[in-house]
Amino acid sequence: MSWSKEQMADEVIGLFKKNSTVNLGIGLPSLVADRLPLDLNIMIQSENGILGVGERPTKKTFSPTLINAGKETITAVPGTSFFDSALSFGMIRGGHIDYSVLGGMEVDVSGNLANWMVPGSKITGMGGAMDLVNGSKNIIIMMTHFNKSGECKLKKSCDLPLTGLSVVDLVVTELGIFKPNKKNFEVIKLADGINDADLKLP
Amino acid sequence: MEKGKFSKIYPDAASALFDFKSSMTLMSGGFGLCGIAENCIDALTAMDVKDLKVISNNIGNAGKGLVKILVQGKISKAFCSYVGGNPDLEKLMLAKKIEVELIPQGTFSERIRAGGMGIRGFYTPTGYGTLAAIGKEIKVFDRPCVLELPLNADFAIIKAQKGDPYGNLWFKETARNFSPLMAMAAKVAVVEVEEMVGLGDIKPEDIHLPGIFVQRIFQGKNYKNDIEFEILKDAP
Repeated sequence: MSWSKEQMADEVIGLFKKNSTVNLGIGLPSLVADRLPLDLNIMIQSENGILGVGERPTKKTFSPTLINAGKETITAVPGTSFFDSALSFGMIRGGHIDYSVLGGMEVDVSGNLANWMVPGSKITGMGGAMDLVNGSKNIIIMMTHFNKSGECKLKKSCDLPLTGLSVVDLVVTELGIFKPNKKNFEVIKLADGINDADLKLP
Repeated sequence: MEKGKFSKIYPDAASALFDFKSSMTLMSGGFGLCGIAENCIDALTAMDVKDLKVISNNIGNAGKGLVKILVQGKISKAFCSYVGGNPDLEKLMLAKKIEVELIPQGTFSERIRAGGMGIRGFYTPTGYGTLAAIGKEIKVFDRPCVLELPLNADFAIIKAQKGDPYGNLWFKETARNFSPLMAMAAKVAVVEVEEMVGLGDIKPEDIHLPGIFVQRIFQGKNYKNDIEFEILKDAP
């Protein structure tokens, strides 16, 4: 059985060391914030200028000026700080963030990542992704294993425009956890009942 | 110095933008719709200007913010990092009806900071090996890095929560984002505030942007403070 999105988030959380600082990308990775156990003492940074992202607000506590980089309403934990974008990316580029969890369109065996455009049809822009993959200490890609056409998104070589060169440490999909090691993807863990044949790895 | 003795105070957005002209470069603060200069953007929709070069992280979003002047055809070139959430801009880009320079967000903010701080260029590993590095000088330090140059502007339009007559500013929560950097990098920083306060009302230790970087300031009005994704714990 493949993992649900929530189980994928829990697998990502299982990779974090206690007392670390984490940046979560837009989309699937944002699920991680809602499932983080408090006893891990993890501070979440969001690149729009907050260190200390908390749980979702209520109708009474929400504030239009308190959002994450996905432009979603959040709260701030005790001990939070706010800052401008240059300082925020100084934290990122300067190597002060322990884990960065990002979505992906393609990852290849060399650890290259593509996640910001499909030429001719879709442009989201790179946002902070290029800075995050080059600055954070550990890069975890959380994405679906297959694209809409059923092709494996873990590839021999990325076809889409790259976000970063040799930057990915681990990939978490609904089928398992994989590590690019230049020649192929090493299987670190598989969801229950999933076989190598299901993976369609290069 | 007495309260109100400064000449930086303007009555409204239109008067503060009186000499803003076609073909100028404009920086606009805000992350998505959070912290955008709503009054200034509305004033720009009514102004007869075109061929603007606009530096803004998203160029508006969801049909709001700078999208109002984008769809009026006033922007000829956009510098931004993220257009997901801005279908109007994505459509114009794919149809090649607007020139867009997509810049990694950390490089974008640092180029603006450099513009305000007198830094003539810097090397960053961000973007190496990608389309963002094409045509740029590469230098190998501990690893290959890309030379990036500063960004400056004729005008910046900024929104702050509080400001005083000298232009000292205080931003609320995550509404700060690119705004202080843009104020520093523009020749004329026009700031609109939710609360105009007196000199000394913001504690000197708590000032986020010293007034030296602000040329014009006015009391804003009718703020919408739109939220793009309102996700609540107690509502579906």
